[in-house]
Amino acid sequence: MTVPPRKPLGNPLGTPLGSAGVLAKALLLGLALALAIWGAFPLVEHRDWLALAVLVAATVLIFWGYLSPRRIPAKYLLPGTVFLIAFQVLPILYTVSTAFTNFGDGHRGSKESAIHSIEEASVSPVPGTPDYRLNLAVPQGSSPADGPLVLVLTDPATGKERAARADTGTVTDLPSRATLTVLTDPQAARRGAELAALRIADGPGHIRTEGLERAYVGAPARSYDASSDTLRDATTGTVWKADGTTGTFVTDDGERISSGWRVGVGLGNFADVLTNPTISRYFGQTLLWNIAFAVLTVLITFVLGLFVALSLHHPRMRGRWFYRALLILPYAMPAFAMLMVWADMFNKDFGLINRLFGLDVNWLGEPWTARAAVLLVQLWMGYPYMFLVATGALQAVPDEVKEAARVDGAGRWTILRKVTLPLVLVALFPLLIASFAFNFNNFNAIYLTTAGGPFPPDSPMAGATDLLITYTYRLAFGGQGAQYGLAAAISLFIFVIVAVISLVSFRRARAMEEVNG
Amino acid sequence: MATPIPPAVPHPTGPSPSRRRGGVAHRVGWWRHAVALLCAVFALIPIVFVVSAAFNPRGTLGSTTLWPSGAGLENFRKLFTSTDYGRWFGNSLLISAAAGALSMFASACGAYAFSRFRFRGRRAGMTGLLLVQMFPQFLAVVAIYLMFTWITARYPGIGFNTSWALILLYMGGALGANTWLMKGFFDTVPKSLDESAKVDGASHAQVFFTIMLPLVSPVLAVTGLLSFIGTMNEFLLANIFLTDPEAKTLAVGLYGMIQEGNRDANFGLFCAGSLLMAIPIVALFLYLQRFIVSGLTSGAVKG
Repeated sequence: MTVPPRKPLGNPLGTPLGSAGVLAKALLLGLALALAIWGAFPLVEHRDWLALAVLVAATVLIFWGYLSPRRIPAKYLLPGTVFLIAFQVLPILYTVSTAFTNFGDGHRGSKESAIHSIEEASVSPVPGTPDYRLNLAVPQGSSPADGPLVLVLTDPATGKERAARADTGTVTDLPSRATLTVLTDPQAARRGAELAALRIADGPGHIRTEGLERAYVGAPARSYDASSDTLRDATTGTVWKADGTTGTFVTDDGERISSGWRVGVGLGNFADVLTNPTISRYFGQTLLWNIAFAVLTVLITFVLGLFVALSLHHPRMRGRWFYRALLILPYAMPAFAMLMVWADMFNKDFGLINRLFGLDVNWLGEPWTARAAVLLVQLWMGYPYMFLVATGALQAVPDEVKEAARVDGAGRWTILRKVTLPLVLVALFPLLIASFAFNFNNFNAIYLTTAGGPFPPDSPMAGATDLLITYTYRLAFGGQGAQYGLAAAISLFIFVIVAVISLVSFRRARAMEEVNG
Repeated sequence: MATPIPPAVPHPTGPSPSRRRGGVAHRVGWWRHAVALLCAVFALIPIVFVVSAAFNPRGTLGSTTLWPSGAGLENFRKLFTSTDYGRWFGNSLLISAAAGALSMFASACGAYAFSRFRFRGRRAGMTGLLLVQMFPQFLAVVAIYLMFTWITARYPGIGFNTSWALILLYMGGALGANTWLMKGFFDTVPKSLDESAKVDGASHAQVFFTIMLPLVSPVLAVTGLLSFIGTMNEFLLANIFLTDPEAKTLAVGLYGMIQEGNRDANFGLFCAGSLLMAIPIVALFLYLQRFIVSGLTSGAVKG
């Protein structure tokens, strides 16, 4: 190594920066400032003052860290910290807070927006008002693209026309269209979104439009009464009371409106997971299989990998490098694609496995064969890795130890069992735990092969090969209505299980190392 | 893949595997070859099947046999003419390379601070990092989705259907584990090295860039390349984030190819795409082998 030329011991307080360093610093800080300014505009536009405050604080922090010659650790920690907080810590915190709410389909927003959407959904034409034909226009001289809209309403029975103006919010009789420019169809279509949001009061209700050609005077059948905190349907007379603990409107007989709002439910989701029979049955069964899947995956891949490593571990065996290259190939293939290929190989009708062995097994259609198939795929994907690490560990076992055992009269089998294997196990134990933790949440291995199936006929929510993570994914994103709150609660369960198992095992592993090493 | 951990192979120590003194060297049992061959066959069957399907001119699952019945490049041609495969490939390479490089750099900086400086909050920071990295990012998939809904409304340039969204996300998700891993490697570099450089007047930045980084570069390469492979295969988050055909990654694009009743018809296409995708991965693997031996000394892989 060449020794850098000794510089005079200059300024002992600050470390002297070269001119290149100063330039780089100025450039990077300028870039940070530019990014912050770019980021500020949309926040101002959306009036997200809290987010804007965070942005300003982060920018100030960055300048505080880099402008001073001291605070050296902060200079190195800041870039990572910013991203870690934004994309790892925040989502975790949000998940934790979601787990205590009923957030999901039907419970997305605030109570006000729930009331608004219920009222909107109950709008129907006011009896006795005509079913208008609609034409869109703007006052003569205004631009068809952004002039104030005028809705020209034609009563088909009488042919009389009325004009509903967006700018004044009034409806007046229209003797003649001379003062208006009627929009062409494409022009009208471009203002469809604006039209849909338009509410112009007329008599007992508002002008409502249906598409671009029809309009009517509509009024909501259901209306909210703040003083009694109830929702009343004017046509049927049904009254729903707001229930703040579940975030829904309920009648006295327990009938609910599906649109509710988001409320905190405390430990409700966690209690549901453990005690609600429809959920806890799946949860327990899925958890059991999940643990079995992770343990068995580690076990079979390790046993086969170690066995092959032992077989190839002979100094004078020919073709070792050739075998090694072939055996590692599965590890190098794109995993997600191979998972789907395996799923096709298990296909009942034209899958390779059935054709190759002349079988007619519906592998992925029956719970136990599906589980066996998934484990076989895991074996194929995982043993090359175990083979690699076991080979390394075998080569690291010192010859002197084996020699000493041999001098003491131990046979080959005894040396393997009592000397080599324990040493290999100690060396690989942390890797096995890491592999367990990974496979416990091996989403791809299930989602891309069986997608959790086969499902029992009575419940499409949890399948025979579902892991907790695929089950959670279906709860949150499956077609049956998202249950984010429940999904977040299960995520926390998974985290706690994995963290506890990892921590306990690592502690054990360290104890083992101390004993043996 | 069964494990995300770098294949921490303690490299073969020395050139002299058990040469026995005096004893009669026992012969290589035939069973060793039998085991190796059997396992090699097990390893190869699905791969041969994929190759056979990729070159199968009819391109359907039903007409694919283990040994190819005919060979043609029809699937490969279709891949580039009738799908956005080239774009997906580019997206995947860009996302994986950028996320890998950025997270490597940020983790190296953090690891340097934790390894070489003593400051207030150091222990708390490291414990927090350990806990945070134990929470797999995709468990927070709902929160991430909602967060990016918010971001997409304000900054469409880094929102859904952009490569930047995934780059930032993968990078943030890899930071915790990588920082811990790399701190271990930095700890194995003797402190006397950077202290003597400091005596010679080097600044902390010079120590970091000209002494520490070059010394751990083999490890950086191994970790970075493995995270590259992991990112190439990431499916869950990418599948939620990318719906626009032009923005998809290879994993999402190939997955979509065999959905909704196209599983049989597009199987050859799918296999051809997977095979091409394996090329950069296999190339990296071959490249990695050298680094695994030279870079991961047995002391460095502990922990």
